[in-house]
Amino acid sequence: MRHILATLFLSLMLTWPALALVSPSERLSDPVQEARAREISKELRCLVCQNQSIDDSDAELAGDLRRIVRERIAAGDTDEEVFDYVVDRYGEFVLMTPRFEPATWALWLGPLLVLLVGGAVTAAFLRRKRQETGEAGLTEAEKARLAELTFAEKPRDSAS
Amino acid sequence: MIAELGHFALVLAFVVSLVQMVVPMVGAHRRDAQLIGVATPAALLQFLLVAFAFGALLYLFIVSDFSVKLVFDNSHSEKPMIFKISGVWGNHEGSMVLWVLILALFGALVALFGKNLPDTLRARVLAVQASIAVAFLLFILLTSNPFLRLDPAPFEGSGLNPILQDRALAFHPPWLYAGYVGFSMTFSFAIAALIEGKVDAAWARWVRPWTLAAWLSLTIGIAMGSWWAYYTLGWGGFWFWDPVENASLMPWIAGTALLHSAIVAEKRGALKSWTILLAILAFSLSLLGTFLVRSGVLTSVHAFAVDPDRGVFILGILVVFVGGSLALYAWRAPLLKTGGIFAPISREGALLMNNLLLSAAVASVFIGTLYPLLLDGLTGAKITVGPPFFNYTFVPIFVPLLCLVPLGPLLGWKRADVKAAAERLIAAAALAFIACLVTFAFAYDGPWLAPFGIGLAVWLVVGAASEIAWRIRLFTTPLRESLYRARRLPRAAWGTSLAHGGLGIVVAGIVGVTAWQSELITTLAPGESAEIAGYTLTLERVGMRDGPNYEATVGVVRVEKAGRMIATLTPEKRRFPAERQEKTEPAIRTNGLADLYVVLGEPSDDGKWVVRAYHNILAPWIWIGGAIMALGGIMSLADRRLRVGAPTRARLRAAPAE
Repeated sequence: MRHILATLFLSLMLTWPALALVSPSERLSDPVQEARAREISKELRCLVCQNQSIDDSDAELAGDLRRIVRERIAAGDTDEEVFDYVVDRYGEFVLMTPRFEPATWALWLGPLLVLLVGGAVTAAFLRRKRQETGEAGLTEAEKARLAELTFAEKPRDSAS
Repeated sequence: MIAELGHFALVLAFVVSLVQMVVPMVGAHRRDAQLIGVATPAALLQFLLVAFAFGALLYLFIVSDFSVKLVFDNSHSEKPMIFKISGVWGNHEGSMVLWVLILALFGALVALFGKNLPDTLRARVLAVQASIAVAFLLFILLTSNPFLRLDPAPFEGSGLNPILQDRALAFHPPWLYAGYVGFSMTFSFAIAALIEGKVDAAWARWVRPWTLAAWLSLTIGIAMGSWWAYYTLGWGGFWFWDPVENASLMPWIAGTALLHSAIVAEKRGALKSWTILLAILAFSLSLLGTFLVRSGVLTSVHAFAVDPDRGVFILGILVVFVGGSLALYAWRAPLLKTGGIFAPISREGALLMNNLLLSAAVASVFIGTLYPLLLDGLTGAKITVGPPFFNYTFVPIFVPLLCLVPLGPLLGWKRADVKAAAERLIAAAALAFIACLVTFAFAYDGPWLAPFGIGLAVWLVVGAASEIAWRIRLFTTPLRESLYRARRLPRAAWGTSLAHGGLGIVVAGIVGVTAWQSELITTLAPGESAEIAGYTLTLERVGMRDGPNYEATVGVVRVEKAGRMIATLTPEKRRFPAERQEKTEPAIRTNGLADLYVVLGEPSDDGKWVVRAYHNILAPWIWIGGAIMALGGIMSLADRRLRVGAPTRARLRAAPAE
């Protein structure tokens, strides 16, 4: 879906990122370092593309960034240092995963908040429903009789 | 001349929908049968006029009339016919005409087949539907006229983006729009119900099939789009949490919630008010999707030249419809009588839980998609919300939902015996557990969550089958009786099981690709080989081929497994001279369980070619599962109880197990 509609407008403006990626010549010789570089590349956004990581993009800038990442790794940086290095130069916009900080609290906690508030409202609604059923007003004997009538007689079809 | 007639038809359609918006509404208010009677012919006339305009545009594309600017911009005389046709909606103006065409078609269907609806309700529904048409026709006429002429007329068109010249993609937008616009129908019903101040059985009976049809179309549209992305974009991804994708996912999730709550509203008369709110939300999210995609706000950071007038206009439509309908809801919803008492553990309770989790899932996508825009607008800070965010928020909400899916249909209405329901799922639980262990034994070095994902998929599929088995009393009665019961089972029950089981297959596919994809990136000279996932790929040669409107560089790749020749794959790179663009065409070999996906890259300096290959385990299941879900939707839609116009017959039959 993604690109389709967007392309309708944007096609002429951007190099279509159809063919991606890491060319064999870019790769680091150490497979462990290369694997790290790939993981980091997936977490960095290609700035001139539409929401693609530099790992997925064939834009020139993405290639440059991939080279920078590999240079930093070869120079002995930790993953965190590589991210910091790139963020210092390009801003937080390059991070695919936004950092958890005051400006993004609402982002990270929003879905959870909706779930909790929705859960509370649902629970209150169900409690009200339960009171409406008048279940509390029945004696034990009545409840047993009720259960008998609703379940025991037609064990299968009552649940259908 | 045709273009001018088309334009004129749009203007007339606008006038007709104005009449259709006002007169029946007044008529319903005054109980004036004559004014109410305007609704039906107006809806039909509006449809005919929009269909004429669309037909005119289609004709202009087919004959390649380059004196029309839109045709010049988006077509080319040498393009294959199918892409000349799909070029009609492969652009902003044309796609908006398609949008309005589907809207008018649905209105006409209600006008034609809605005889069994109360007169005032039908009049109000059509009036609300017309108000949407008024807004969008005005939008087209003022900012996006598809019939503008060019003088002098150019000799040749500038072509359609090659990316869009694809068979699956050609019919992806119509499905998507049918889904978006389908929710306009439930929206119109919701608004009409609020104005009427009551929600009765006829209302719920009508809302369900429309919701189902919209959901079905959207499912097909999204699956097609994702399939297209998979086989076109060239790295085997199928979903990117891209804002434009999210724009279609949000109405889908909200529509899924609506589909489930509408069942409660119809069968038990409960959750009516909530169902109305969901109907409003589903359509609002469809409008939001249209706004996000059409206005270009999502890409504003790149300063693409998108006409800001259009964005402002659609934002206006969004504000009026969403704001207006929510205000109406706040005012009128408390008047609706709620009915249908039920205990927390019951079918109703399960569907409510479904709605809670789906709503939270929509919230996650909504926040993730719009937060960067909001933050940029408020503080100027630019952030990116990429796939990891959704993995952290959306997935944890969705997984518990998936776990509960098989349980819901086994619970009884009003008050259920959860133990009895759980007992019916013992087989599913056992098989899921075994699947989890087996997967772990084979893929112990992969991501540790993946075996659970496969277990979850098995749980969904077997759970869905268990429901049917229980309903037809398989193994507990003689087979003959089970078969008899299976024939008598309502199609909606089969539909539910298919949709839930299909979901499980989608889950398996997603888990497989995400966890166990293997990748090969290498350079090969003709004659050289490389290995991936037990396959040996040999680049035999690289040649050229002429297509209808492109030239292709073709790599011929021989695929062998254990020394045995399996297939020859021919990935291509296509150059479209008219559009001056390139497109890669991956070659995919599937055995139903996994895809071998080969891409021909650039030539390197030493006469070699970059070849990339992926082994995507279970990838085809994503779309097989999607197709099964859609089939479930079709089955449900074919249920005679839902078939529009058969409510009385249905009521007589509504007795047995369901």
